[in-house]
Amino acid sequence: MSLRLLRQAFDESPPPRMWRSHPIEKHYDVVIIGGGAHGLATAYYLAKNHGITDVAVIEKSYIGSGGSGRNTAIVRSNYLTPEGVKFYDESVKLYEELSDDLDFNVMFSQRGHLTLAHNDGSVRTMRRRAEVNRLQGVNSRVIFPDEIAKLCPHLDLSDHPRYPILAALYHPPGGIIRHDAVVWGFARESDTRGVHIHQQTEVTGIRVRNNRVEGVETNRGFIGAGQVLNATAGWGSIIAAMAGVMLPMTTFPLQACVTEPLKPFLDVVVVSGSLHVYVSQSDRGELVMGASVDPMASYSMNGSLAFLEEISAHMLELFPCLSQVRVLRQWAGLCEMPPDYSPIMGLTPVEGFLIDTGWGTYGFKASPICGKTLAELIATRKTPELIAPFRLSRFAEDDLVGEKGAASVGH
Amino acid sequence: MLLLHCPNCGPRNAGEFRFGGEVNPRPANPTATSDADWAHYLYMRPNPLGVQKEWWFHRAGCGLWFLAERHTGNNQVLKTYLPTT
Repeated sequence: MSLRLLRQAFDESPPPRMWRSHPIEKHYDVVIIGGGAHGLATAYYLAKNHGITDVAVIEKSYIGSGGSGRNTAIVRSNYLTPEGVKFYDESVKLYEELSDDLDFNVMFSQRGHLTLAHNDGSVRTMRRRAEVNRLQGVNSRVIFPDEIAKLCPHLDLSDHPRYPILAALYHPPGGIIRHDAVVWGFARESDTRGVHIHQQTEVTGIRVRNNRVEGVETNRGFIGAGQVLNATAGWGSIIAAMAGVMLPMTTFPLQACVTEPLKPFLDVVVVSGSLHVYVSQSDRGELVMGASVDPMASYSMNGSLAFLEEISAHMLELFPCLSQVRVLRQWAGLCEMPPDYSPIMGLTPVEGFLIDTGWGTYGFKASPICGKTLAELIATRKTPELIAPFRLSRFAEDDLVGEKGAASVGH
Repeated sequence: MLLLHCPNCGPRNAGEFRFGGEVNPRPANPTATSDADWAHYLYMRPNPLGVQKEWWFHRAGCGLWFLAERHTGNNQVLKTYLPTT
């Protein structure tokens, strides 16, 4: 990567296009609906690991315009269930190698991740998460205000706040990444391997005959497909319904906002479950803050004043020093929440129609491992062990993966 | 959506209410319902983009549970009414 940077630094011609646009072909082996980090990662690993390049990624807007560009870019693996911890840890490991792998700087900054506990119940959950993490070889431990003060001196650690900080789960490998770069890197490397990326192409229907998928209807005509992957975030239920599959999820908006740039002062990612807020400082110095999902199911991505009031109040409880800082902008993304806060991925009752859905508030951090395992599933038709717990049939089999304790606050 | 019309109290600030989810009728005959149908009732949701019939609870008001028809694309509430009507 560094050599390419050097070469481009002395080259005055504009940098080459990251990905091309192609005419739509009549048929692809694999059609991926959704040009976000998940869809593009799947295309990338299909081409790289399995040599399958007759692949189209179909995006109704521009790539990375959905959840991939709206999340708060936090990556971590300190989950609650062994299934979850194992899965997200593989993702963190892939993220660690991603800049080299894609030959593109994704600016992964493993600055450490603090989940604050404000009551005895949360302290217990943090202890349990730390133990589960440690058993899976993930670096997490519970720390107390003296150590928290060293990592994050600006936090109000006194007993004055309504919810005083009692302890925190410290997860050193957690951090933030440049989410656009992840999308662009996957797109460029998929493109060079022969994957077609079709932007401004909206899926309007899925053709199924004799319980087997035949292709997708789009606003640019019918595209035949051997297999179709639904890798949309927020819209997963609607796309699945086109193939006659009902999913156990409800779509909620999640809002986030960013402040004006400040001098670097916040080294770690700080999350508070009780206060429904998480914050990190970007490389530009802005504070990126997010909340939990909105209080009602909706596909509307309008921001609300109620969100801004709530997140500001909660941020000031944690960081009283921010009282004069202005918010620059706010936005919302769509999160499809499954009942157990774990993803729903893999096969469906319709042959050839696969899903990568139910990514609630924790989808971006799983992008590389999702792409890798789903590519393996598409290529071999066998569900990899790592994602078997997240199958759709777990709901009928009463075999849920309860992650609410670790995933419910967005991150 | 800033205001919601409670059938009891009239238009009130939306923050007073709690969303109760899509209307999801319970299987009529519990003992004759198969495990698969129970799982479907418990977990599967249409999650529509369009007008949805849903429950609301006037939490910080009269404590009434009532129904609303709301468009999930723009949050416009078409009507609110009592379950019996």
